[in-house]
Amino acid sequence: MVEIKDLVKRYPSGQEALKSVSLTLEENTVMALIGPSGAGKSTLIRCINRLVEPTSGTILINGTNVCELGKKELRLRRRKIGMIFQEYALVDRLTVMENVLSGQLGYVGFWTSTLRRFPQDVVAQAYTLLERVGLSDFVDNRADQLSGGQRQRVGIARALIQNPDLLLVDEPTASLDPKTSRQVMRLIVELVQERNLQCIINIHDVVLAKQFAQRIVGLQDGKIVFEGKSAELDVSVLNTIYGEEDWNIKKKKKEDEDDEADIFSMGE
Amino acid sequence: MQEVRTTWRKKRKIENPLIRYGILVLVLAYLYLAGTGVEVNADRVSRGLSRVGLLFSGFFQPDFQSRGKYIVEGILESVAMTLASSAFAMILAVPIALGASRNIVPKWVYLICRVFLMLIRSLHVVILGIIFVIMFGYGPLAGVLTLMVNGVGFIGKLLAEDIENIQEEQLEAIRATGASWLKTVVYAVWPQVSTRFIGLSIYRADISFRQSTVIGIVGAGGIGAVLDTAMGRYDYHTAGAILLVIIIMVLVTEYGSSAIRRRIV
Amino acid sequence: MPIITKGNSLSWKRKTPSQQRTQFLVVLSIVVIFLISASYISKQTMWEFVSDAPIQIRDFISRMFPPDVKYFGRVAPALWDTITISVFGTGIAVVISFALAILAAKNTTPNSAVRMVVLTIIVASRSVNSMIWALLIVQIVGPGLLASIIAIAIRSLGMISKLMYEAIEEINTEPIEAITATGASRAQIFVYGYLPQLMPSFVGTSVYRWENNIRESTIIGIVGGGGIGMLLNSAINRLAWDQVMSILIVIFLTVVVAEWVSAKVRKSIS
Repeated sequence: MVEIKDLVKRYPSGQEALKSVSLTLEENTVMALIGPSGAGKSTLIRCINRLVEPTSGTILINGTNVCELGKKELRLRRRKIGMIFQEYALVDRLTVMENVLSGQLGYVGFWTSTLRRFPQDVVAQAYTLLERVGLSDFVDNRADQLSGGQRQRVGIARALIQNPDLLLVDEPTASLDPKTSRQVMRLIVELVQERNLQCIINIHDVVLAKQFAQRIVGLQDGKIVFEGKSAELDVSVLNTIYGEEDWNIKKKKKEDEDDEADIFSMGE
Repeated sequence: MQEVRTTWRKKRKIENPLIRYGILVLVLAYLYLAGTGVEVNADRVSRGLSRVGLLFSGFFQPDFQSRGKYIVEGILESVAMTLASSAFAMILAVPIALGASRNIVPKWVYLICRVFLMLIRSLHVVILGIIFVIMFGYGPLAGVLTLMVNGVGFIGKLLAEDIENIQEEQLEAIRATGASWLKTVVYAVWPQVSTRFIGLSIYRADISFRQSTVIGIVGAGGIGAVLDTAMGRYDYHTAGAILLVIIIMVLVTEYGSSAIRRRIV
Repeated sequence: MPIITKGNSLSWKRKTPSQQRTQFLVVLSIVVIFLISASYISKQTMWEFVSDAPIQIRDFISRMFPPDVKYFGRVAPALWDTITISVFGTGIAVVISFALAILAAKNTTPNSAVRMVVLTIIVASRSVNSMIWALLIVQIVGPGLLASIIAIAIRSLGMISKLMYEAIEEINTEPIEAITATGASRAQIFVYGYLPQLMPSFVGTSVYRWENNIRESTIIGIVGGGGIGMLLNSAINRLAWDQVMSILIVIFLTVVVAEWVSAKVRKSIS
């Protein structure tokens, strides 16, 4: 369980990206973070694993306050937090396999990882994960030879090989086309359920958020303006968060059925 | 479900381990052989290290007065050489660069010009300096010619590459109007490369100045000769003064040239 | 491209009158500077020598050919020395530049004071020609291969470091963030995040520098001692033009081969 209490992030320029944010995340839940650009969604996500240092507040993950951890303990805690990025954040010149294995860097020693002699069970896990995300044929391809959707799936495999208990996802679909976006979202949600994880997804597409997440949090100008079940998300709530707009949030059933076959097929 | 693989090895650029280790052995052998050829006369070095103190004292107490006249003359000469040679190099480089561009001249012209540029560029500026000194005697004339030829090679090659990179359509469009070769160059080629040409020339002037401080060592004029003499006489104070002037001027010209180039782009 | 009104008629000129004036002034001042420099040089030149030049050149060229083939035997060991100078000089510079670049890059430097110092070192090493460095180093360690190697190394330091730290500053930070988020140690972040991105440009820069240094090494012997440069110097002093020709041919071929090798290596990386 993740508990965030009174989280504040203030930049040296005086700008307050997060103004006393508090929220709770239960196990086996996908929580979507929505809000206009600059609302602080990305900052919030990055504060949880301290890629961005919070100014004040507490972040409790399974009882431990992340904000108080020293360097070494922080590293150990980060091992169990998987992160998925908007631009995939893969090391382009390394192969798919190396990128996936790099998720285990926190668990293996320096020389083991530098010489690429990862333990057998780790390698087995990597192969299993790659098959689960449908990329078994691309093991030795360089990361920059893959399409956007394929790269995102490598990123997912990398996050999962950490055997995390928390998954942080930052705009996973912003650089993908609508169909691939849905496939990726579905994959993430399935994996969260399979492994009993907790997951926060920062997403700007409200249709996807409502469709795939169980809980929705609306952030505006550094403050939470809505928190509730995704079913409660309707036009008036969206107006509060984003301002007046023409919201088309009806589910598109037909498109959904078309996508079913694709997630297990090879390549795009 | 099939068996899960548990081993994985990183693919290497050179797969065959024999070749890989073979190359490694060869490289190590070379380094050892070459390394032993370098004589390090420990005695000389330790004596020399004590001289470092002298050198430093010379540089931190530069003497601009006793040979001041020579220093000023040398610097002026270097500057004059740079300016004159740059002007000539700019003018001469243009026709040669045009001739070395595949997209605007017939193949035989292209080959001749390319080979010519290659030959000029392969000679180090100091060697050019030696050659011109032999032909024209000591003095800045040899220096101007040296810098000019070196400059033509530099600007010529880069300009030719730029000309070859221009947009084909513009070239075709002008050609389609039936314009002569010269008009095609003026209307299609020049507008696209003129900015780069100016930038290149300014950059080259910067390089020329740096070279002008050195070719004096072989007699081609400029401050280099004065420095060489001072060193030969162990006059570290004068040498220090000269070095300071050179460094400052190089920094100034480098800053100035990059500032101008940024403004015109 | 402005349209200018003259009375009742419109005319189109490529530049406005003020632009034309500026352009004219710029060109005028360039020409004036050029003329002043040219006259200054002319005063310094001993024109008697110049009028002599065509005869000299003809004489010179006739003596150059045919090049002295037997001399090639002597050139070979000198060539070996020259290559040694370039390899060791570049090698030492690459290793040190690596450390300097890390200290000089905005995103990897420990603090800005260190960064300033390192940047000054880099600028200083680039501003001075390798020949001048050689003059200095010879005073310390005496003439020979060592002096030449050190001179080449010092000069290359600045050039390699500059390209390296620019590459470091331009890397994609996202993968670095991702690797950090997995809990990797600083060393692991370096090996998995920084190195793969920087390797191609580092190797490319080093090989390019080496290729350039071959050229520098061939003449550094004139001042620093060792290698073909020294041989060239003595041949010139003895007025043995056919030997000079042999040496020049060897230098040319060596440079061509070095360029070919460098191009191949750089292509295989990218």
